[in-house]
Amino acid sequence: MTVNEKIAIDHGLKEEEYKKICQLLKRTPNITELGIFSAMWNEHCSYKSSRLHLKKLPTKGKQVIQGPGENAGVVDIGDNDAIVFKIESHNHPSFIEPYQGAATGVGGIMRDVFTMGARPIANLNSIHFGSTQHKKTKNLLRGVVHGIGGYGNCMGVPTVAGQTSFDSSYNGNILVNAMTLGLVKKDKIFYSKAAGLDKPVIYVGSKTGRDGIHGASMASASFDDKIEEKKPTVQVGDPFTEKLLLEACLELMEGDSIIAIQDMGAAGLTSSSIEMASKGNLGIEINLNKVPCRETKMTPYEIMLSESQERMLIVLENGKEDLAKKIFDKWNLDFAIIGKTTNSKKIELFFDKEKVADIPVNTLVENSPMYDRKWKKAKLPKKNKINKDDINNLKIIEVLKKVLANPNICSKEWIWQQYDHTVMGDTIQKPGGDSGVVRVHGTNKAVAASVDSSAVYCWAHPLTGGKQVVCESFRNLISVGAKPIAITNCLNFGSPENEENMGEFVECVQGIGEASSYLKFPVVSGNVSFYNQTKDRGIKPTPSIGGVGLIKDYSKMITMDFKEVDNVVLVIGKTEGHIDQSLFARVILNEKNGPPPEINLFNEKNNGETLLKLIDANLIKSAHDISLGGIITAISKMCIKGNKGINLKKPKYLISEIEYFFAEDQGRYIIEISKKDQKKVLDILNKNAVHYDELGTINENMLLLNEKTKVTIDELKGFNTKWLKDYMSS
Amino acid sequence: MKSAVITFPGSNCDRDMDVALKKFGFKNKMVWHQDVELPKSDLVVLPGGFSYGDYLRCGSMASKSKIMQSVINFANSGGMVMGICNGFQILVETGLVPGVLLRNKYLEFICKNVFVKISDKDNAYFKNINNNILELHIAHNEGNYFCTNDQLKEIEDNAQVAINYCNNEGKIEELFNPNGSLKNIAGIFNKEKNVLGMMPHPERMIDPSLSGEDGSLFFKNLINNLK
Repeated sequence: MTVNEKIAIDHGLKEEEYKKICQLLKRTPNITELGIFSAMWNEHCSYKSSRLHLKKLPTKGKQVIQGPGENAGVVDIGDNDAIVFKIESHNHPSFIEPYQGAATGVGGIMRDVFTMGARPIANLNSIHFGSTQHKKTKNLLRGVVHGIGGYGNCMGVPTVAGQTSFDSSYNGNILVNAMTLGLVKKDKIFYSKAAGLDKPVIYVGSKTGRDGIHGASMASASFDDKIEEKKPTVQVGDPFTEKLLLEACLELMEGDSIIAIQDMGAAGLTSSSIEMASKGNLGIEINLNKVPCRETKMTPYEIMLSESQERMLIVLENGKEDLAKKIFDKWNLDFAIIGKTTNSKKIELFFDKEKVADIPVNTLVENSPMYDRKWKKAKLPKKNKINKDDINNLKIIEVLKKVLANPNICSKEWIWQQYDHTVMGDTIQKPGGDSGVVRVHGTNKAVAASVDSSAVYCWAHPLTGGKQVVCESFRNLISVGAKPIAITNCLNFGSPENEENMGEFVECVQGIGEASSYLKFPVVSGNVSFYNQTKDRGIKPTPSIGGVGLIKDYSKMITMDFKEVDNVVLVIGKTEGHIDQSLFARVILNEKNGPPPEINLFNEKNNGETLLKLIDANLIKSAHDISLGGIITAISKMCIKGNKGINLKKPKYLISEIEYFFAEDQGRYIIEISKKDQKKVLDILNKNAVHYDELGTINENMLLLNEKTKVTIDELKGFNTKWLKDYMSS
Repeated sequence: MKSAVITFPGSNCDRDMDVALKKFGFKNKMVWHQDVELPKSDLVVLPGGFSYGDYLRCGSMASKSKIMQSVINFANSGGMVMGICNGFQILVETGLVPGVLLRNKYLEFICKNVFVKISDKDNAYFKNINNNILELHIAHNEGNYFCTNDQLKEIEDNAQVAINYCNNEGKIEELFNPNGSLKNIAGIFNKEKNVLGMMPHPERMIDPSLSGEDGSLFFKNLINNLK
């Protein structure tokens, strides 16, 4: 087949990109080469629209061992231990084929982590679906949950936390973001940078099939009416093989045989080989006849673009081939020497004794397109004038019941009970809390992780929203007693070719950058997913932030369940009564306009750090950050979890009770303390200039504001836990 | 006391079991599925996981592994063999314990704490244990125990039911049955009661910071019984 412009455009390349390829090669590429360019230059692999902006994110810090640019980020947690972690999207495939799409998303992110020598110790996910009324939502949710569970459970890695939301902007584009944390010894981290000439290039894992060809290209395009036809571009997962691959790789990594290792993820053999060569400033020569294939008569084009799962590419030290082969034979995995490193700085492919591709590596990587897309700055919306009478006529308990049963607030037990969250025997905080917490095996340390996003805030004002998500992640870690270390981000947006969507991206990234820089909470890994768009309608901007923190002594871990009757409950942080963009405004007032709550980074940092001090001094019995649904929602969840009630009082403010209890002002936490510690706690709060209100004391089983405004915790629990189960079984 | 945990390709609770056995005083050895001989052991454990990906039928391929002939011989000569979760599935495939394990009734993987009632203490696993009810943890997709009426009669006549799902007061009712198991059966013995298969994972409940500590009661009692 002779390549021409039309074929290039069918591969998702732009006219000018095709011209650039011909110029760089000084000739017309053949079909295999065109396939390789299209895979490397698509949005998913090249970050061509985002690179310019991502560069501005803070990526360094005292504990950062490896920032963005490797398979995953790495942070130091002391005693020669390090945590490897990353979040990644698998949105497009999950909409087309929810089970396999979600499963391979989980598989892919775990591979990124164990490629670096780390044993995965925790999985998390952030999943977003269309309106609960939409006809596809239920099946997509079921398929995605089964897929995540199917893969993670089989791997024997606990899924310890997550986030699920519903919003009609995801009707045609669901989001599936998967995150993995792994544990590695600091002096045994493996990287993807090849080094040395004539080193054997090894292929291990599953055989290559025709599945997933052009998966990365699909993930770089909007959906139209023909998405069903794209099913064959979804990869099929085999968690059993990945489990074997994990054990085999870790066994090989115990020795010193590996120079570089890279998993075959998006764009398969193409991107893995090119990345290793590019980082090592070397060339790679591959004999495609040596690649283990599952199907017959696969062409070089298909072999290079297949996204078959559970495969790795390794550059070995000379003479270690037999030792490595023995290990992969033991685990019943394919092992093939398919090529070697060269000094040509080119990727050279051979098939049936002919050279089928000959491309300078730098043309694929450094010379890949980078765009400074046009973008539109968002204005901060005007504050809504909410009619006070509308609010004052509402009955708090009735509103609370509706809020607790709202799909975005209700208990997600139906989901996380399908994930094995206790395998590996180190899960000390299960899903349903502020963060998942796992012990560092055999030590007193524990690692906390959470994943957050606030699409509504980001949609209302991207800059504020971007900051808010980072702050929420910070709070979720602090609430369990963990010191925040670093974050990974998964940036889910519409089309970068649309100025408004691009503006959302640019400003969210700016907000993330500002907050993470101020909080010393750097970004160490991440992924961008654009084109979450059907026809011309994009999703609400949804950056997901995965945060990781350290608890030095896990006996000091905090949970959110109320502990003891008569203990005192305080709210830390000031309540101004911000109702715009709150869940209350949307669900109860049906009001969608107005600005999101403001972020005050000084207060965020000060409130959070002061709470950590209180936790460290053993003064906190339970804690929970305040997010969707405001103070009373947070309190209700603490009551439900602890099977306790509370005598509430509203502090003297000018705002109404409803505003006080449902406002979503930021930087706030609820804490439980014992009466005898009250003076000490208040002294510390005052000394650190942290605002607090006293909310009440814990009772046996009743949320009680006054004789007319009360409800039993059992009743609240019913509203909170039933909705999702009923929805899924209806 | 010496124990051995078999690792099959796809086992993923083998390490957890190793940690638990050692914590309560066993000298444990890990045994690879392609080994032929078992090390000298007082207890052999088939751990949880997804042996061979559970692709054919849970446990069926593992039941034909090289090491399994030795495990079967060991069991037939009276040796203590315990299968947890996938290990239980492997045991039913070998025929060492009767019955089969079907897909959970609601076709979903379940991971949660459950209560089980010990229905027989006349055996080396539960003899002398103070509690009648244990809170344990389950995590499985195929734990729905089933057998024929004839088998059930035989099982009941021989008091081979080890534990049943129940509530915190020990009531055995359908409401407390997480997976649709016949008669709420969560674990079962062979006729001689030296082989135990059960779905719950005691090895995940061995520490106050985990989901609970009733697993500790089980292991402490087990090693004392074996001494």
